[in-house]
Amino acid sequence: MYSLTVLAGTLILVGCGKKTTNGDQSAGGGNSVEIQNAGSDTMVNLAQAWAEAYGAANNNVAVAVAGGGSGTGIAALINGTADIANCSRAMKSSELTKAVDTHGQDPKQHVMGLDALAVYVHKDNPLDEITIEQLGGIYGEDGAITKWSQLGVKSSDGNDEIIRISRQSNSGTYVYFKETVVPKGKEFKLGSRDLHGSKDVVELVGNTPSAIGYSGMGYATDHVKMLKVALKKGEAYYAPTLQNSLDKKYPIARPLYMYTTGEPTGHIKSYIDWCLTDAGQKIVVDNGYIPAPKN
Amino acid sequence: MLQRSKYKVIREALIEWIIRICGISAVVFVFAIFLFVFWQGKGLIFSGDFDFWKFLTTKEWYPASENNPRYGVYALIAGTVSVTVLAMIIAVPFGLGAALFISEFCSPKLKETLKIVIELLAAIPSVVWGFIGLTIMNHLIMELFGAPIGLTVLNGAIILALMSVPIIVSIGEDALQAVPDSYREAGIGLGVTRWQMVYKVLLPAAKNGLLAAVLLGVGRAIGETMAVLMATGHAVHIPFDAEFPFLHGLDSVRTLTATIAAELGETARDSSHYQVLFIIGILLFTITFAVNLTADLIVKGVKGK
Repeated sequence: MYSLTVLAGTLILVGCGKKTTNGDQSAGGGNSVEIQNAGSDTMVNLAQAWAEAYGAANNNVAVAVAGGGSGTGIAALINGTADIANCSRAMKSSELTKAVDTHGQDPKQHVMGLDALAVYVHKDNPLDEITIEQLGGIYGEDGAITKWSQLGVKSSDGNDEIIRISRQSNSGTYVYFKETVVPKGKEFKLGSRDLHGSKDVVELVGNTPSAIGYSGMGYATDHVKMLKVALKKGEAYYAPTLQNSLDKKYPIARPLYMYTTGEPTGHIKSYIDWCLTDAGQKIVVDNGYIPAPKN
Repeated sequence: MLQRSKYKVIREALIEWIIRICGISAVVFVFAIFLFVFWQGKGLIFSGDFDFWKFLTTKEWYPASENNPRYGVYALIAGTVSVTVLAMIIAVPFGLGAALFISEFCSPKLKETLKIVIELLAAIPSVVWGFIGLTIMNHLIMELFGAPIGLTVLNGAIILALMSVPIIVSIGEDALQAVPDSYREAGIGLGVTRWQMVYKVLLPAAKNGLLAAVLLGVGRAIGETMAVLMATGHAVHIPFDAEFPFLHGLDSVRTLTATIAAELGETARDSSHYQVLFIIGILLFTITFAVNLTADLIVKGVKGK
């Protein structure tokens, strides 16, 4: 018993010692650089994953990531407390002017990836297209659509009720889908099956003939179908493809940006360039987003 | 006469103290946990704009809404109650039946085997049960009942029943064993059949112990989290209505425990949402405490006689 305790104690000591040494190397190495990266909460996991992978490959560069929202990130960029701002929306004109006034140059926008949500139904569901208005009717707080027959189709298992599959309320996907589909200030209708992961949503839709759900388009399987989406009736329907998302035709997609005060140089440039390499873009895919278009 | 060495006296006292601390520690932990949960939730309780009655009786659960967060747990309570009640309807006949069989009807050899197997049932992790609910039971319920989705009250209840049966069996069996053999001998002397023995002699004599077994099963069912999170569909929905059969077993629901598990990880510390989840924790703690206390008092009642 005693020897076990000693052993455990030694292990803990060894563990601590190692950690401290590592920290010393990166902090006190003399030539180490810290990049400050702040902004969008949607991107915070992605940014963190990038920072970790980059830090592991480059001992002398540490990337510090903070969330707080896109607006916070841009404010930090303008104030000079952040080198890179993560943004899940484009910069507003007021923010642009402020940045130009402060730094004397146009901020540089980098598209790091795309966040697109596909609307999924079971593969046997005859429905192919849906409008944002209809999605609002299905998911929204006072939406009137609860039956497949209201959309003019019949579910393959004969059940007319639309089984709504959603996400837990603090997921970024939940918030983005709500903002896009439900009128401003309204909430989702209660009674949806709220799942915990993007993959779970697609899996359950694949098992449930009368279900509808939303999730990142990277999660599609053979058991589900992605609907084409139009803003409202009479407008063109677009499939959730990479190209349609980039062209801003597909309505439930948004680019994920990084902003720098001007053309990036030195370590900041190498970092952003690295995020856009295959290794960096693989992390984008691993986090459920679409890789940035190559140009 | 042998004199104990000083070393041995100290050692004896030391061991006594260690054992005493072990015994008291459980009490300390329970109070510490209750205080902690209360402490985390107290900010909202005393904030003034928190209406406890509204919290319990409205069904609008919009904790993450930016402009109008609403915290109504009525639907979540209904979810917990419906799953627990249905689970007990399934588990009590099975559990008590199994306890009776093991205690009274089977051979000693079979008895040992059965006890080991039933204890094994209790050792299956809840996430494994949840997985069974999510995959196998989901399909079974959709095919057998023609339900549009298999993640329902029934699914959760069957899983919970399987999880609480081992508790009901082992405590129920103890209660039946505690019936003095003289009762059985007197019964046999009067020429009763086995069935008469069970329902005229054993069940009345062991009724308090059996009730305690059922209540501990209820406590297990209310507190279970992972399995119900995966099996019930996690939908804010009230499965009751005023018409027969009152409870719709094929509706999806969401339980109190599952809500905490699903949402706590991603709330900002000390936000209203975070605190309201702790208030749900207090509510759950109160419910299970009441159930377990009732069970204990009933068992005490048995011994008091």
